[in-house]
Amino acid sequence: MKSTRKAYGEFLLGEGLKNENIVVFDADLASATQTQMFRDKFPSRHFDMGISEQDMVGTACGMALSGKTVFASSFAIFLTGRAFEQIRNTAAYSNININLCATHSGLSVGEDGATHQSIEDIALMNVIPGMKVFSPADEIATRKILKQCLKLDGPKYIRLGRSETPDIYSSDEEFELGKSHTFGNGQDGTIFATGMTVSIALEAKQILKEKGINVRVVDLYCIKPVDKETIIKCAKETEKLVSIEDHSVIGGIGSVISDVLVENLPKKITKIGVQDKFGKSGNYKKIYELYGITKENIINKFI
Amino acid sequence: MQDLINISNDIRKDIIEMIYEAKSGHPGGSLSCVEILVALYFKIMDLSLDENNMQVDRFILSKGHASPAYYAVLSKKGYIKHEDLITFRKYDSYLEGHPSNKIKGVEISTGSLGQGMSVANGMALEKKLSGKNGMIYCLLGDGEIEEGQVWEAFMSAHKYNLSNVVAIIDNNGLQIDGTVESVKKLDNLYNKLASFGFNVKEVNGHDLSELIEALNEAKLSDKPNCIIAKTIKGKGVSFMENQVQWHGKSLSDDEYRLAMKELGGNI
Repeated sequence: MKSTRKAYGEFLLGEGLKNENIVVFDADLASATQTQMFRDKFPSRHFDMGISEQDMVGTACGMALSGKTVFASSFAIFLTGRAFEQIRNTAAYSNININLCATHSGLSVGEDGATHQSIEDIALMNVIPGMKVFSPADEIATRKILKQCLKLDGPKYIRLGRSETPDIYSSDEEFELGKSHTFGNGQDGTIFATGMTVSIALEAKQILKEKGINVRVVDLYCIKPVDKETIIKCAKETEKLVSIEDHSVIGGIGSVISDVLVENLPKKITKIGVQDKFGKSGNYKKIYELYGITKENIINKFI
Repeated sequence: MQDLINISNDIRKDIIEMIYEAKSGHPGGSLSCVEILVALYFKIMDLSLDENNMQVDRFILSKGHASPAYYAVLSKKGYIKHEDLITFRKYDSYLEGHPSNKIKGVEISTGSLGQGMSVANGMALEKKLSGKNGMIYCLLGDGEIEEGQVWEAFMSAHKYNLSNVVAIIDNNGLQIDGTVESVKKLDNLYNKLASFGFNVKEVNGHDLSELIEALNEAKLSDKPNCIIAKTIKGKGVSFMENQVQWHGKSLSDDEYRLAMKELGGNI
C-alpha cells in the first residue's frame, strides 16, 4: 500500500540523483505533494513559488524553454483549475516539454472537502490540444509512467492521489503512451477504471467471478491518447460495459470511452462516478459510498 | 541615433500597412512600443546563440497584441521575410494575430495577458542556476499589469533576486475601456514596483537615448529591473495619438493614406 503521490516523491528523489537536469516546482504544498523529498536533497533545484500556481506554471515553462527537465506540482484542483489558462496558452499552445504532476485528485482527498476535491481535472486537461493525460493506479504504475514521461516531449498531465492504494502491478509491467492494461479475459463484461478505482474494479471482478460472472478490468492509465483499440475490442468481445472513476461522469473516462464507442461501435455503457455534484468532507471511503464509487455498485450493474 | 530613428519610422509604416491589410489588429499599443523594441533589438540585445543553441539575451512580448510591432522588428532582423508581413492575421499566413512560438524568433506564445513575466523569470532563473550570462527582457502593457499573475511574478523575481530580468512597462495610460487610471487605478507605479524590490527607472519611452541608457544601466544592477517607459498610445499617427478607440481597430482607406503620409511612406 502506498499513495501515488508518495511514489511520485520517491521517483523524483531517485531520478534527481541520476539526472542533474531535473528541476521541480511547487506552490507551497511540497510536504503534501511529496516534492519535499527532492527539495531536501537538492534544494537548489527545487523552486517553491508560493501560493501562486499561475506564476508557477509560467516560470516552469521558462525553465523548460531553457532546456531543463521540469516537474511542477500542486493539488489537482489548483493546478488544473486556477492555472488552466496558463497550462492552455503558455504551456500547451507553445508545446512546452513540461510534466504537470497533480496530487490530491478526486474525492479521495477526503476531509478537506468539496473545495479541494477536483472532479473536473481529467476533463480540463483532456480538452487541451496535444496534452497527454496519465492516471496511474499504484506505486509501480506511477514510477513507470513517470519514467515514460521523461522520454515524451510536450505537455503532460499526471493525475495522482492523496490516499494509499493497494499494489496491483509487478515490476516487470510496462506502461506506454496510448495503451492500457487488461486484467483477465472474461466475456460477460468489461469494467473500465483509472487511478484509485482500478483496485475497486479488481475487487468487484473477483466477487463477480465467485458468482459465476466473468468480467475483465481495463486500467486506462493513459487517458489521452486513449487506447481506442482495446475499448473497441472489449465492446465487441464482452456483453456489458461499466466505467468507474473518481471524477465527474461528465468529461471523465466514461465520456472518453463513450466518444470512442459512438464513432466506432455504438454500445451502452454505464458510468459510475460523480453525477454532476460537488464532493463533501469526510473519510473518502464513506464519500465513495455516498457517490456509489464502490465494488458493490459495480456488482449491482452486472446482477 | 538617426539610424535607429529611421528604423523606428520604418517599423511604424510596417505596422500601419499590416493592420490596414489585415483589416484588424492593434495599432495603438503597437505604435507606443516601437522605440522600446528598436532599442532592444538594434542596440541592446545579444541575439547570438550560446553553446546550447539558445539566444544569449532573450525577449518576451507579454503584451502580445503588439504583434505587428514585434513582427516588423523580427522582419528587419531577418527572422521573418518582409513580404510576409502583409499576410498578418490572414488564413494562409503563419503570422498569427498574437505571437506564436512557431514563428522564427518568437520564444513563447503570448497574447493572453499577464503570462509573460513568469516565463521570463523561469528563463532568468535557469541562467542563474547554470551560471550563464545574458539578460531576459519582458515587455508588458500598463493595462496588462492589472492581471494578478504579473504581481505573483514580480514577487518571484524579488525572491530569487533576478537581477538578469528587465520588465519594461509600456506606460501609455490607455486600455480598451478607457484610461488605466479609470479602469483599475495604478496610482504610483514607481513606488509599487520599488516596494516589490525592483530597481525602477522611469524614462521617455520614445526617446531612444534615454531607453538605451536605462537598459544599459539595468545590466549592471544587483536587483530585478523595471523600466517604466512613458509612452503615447498611437505614437506617430496624429489622429491615433492618445485616442482610446485606436486600441484595436483597422484603418479606412482615407485613414490609411493619411497615416502613411504622416509617416512619409509610399502608398
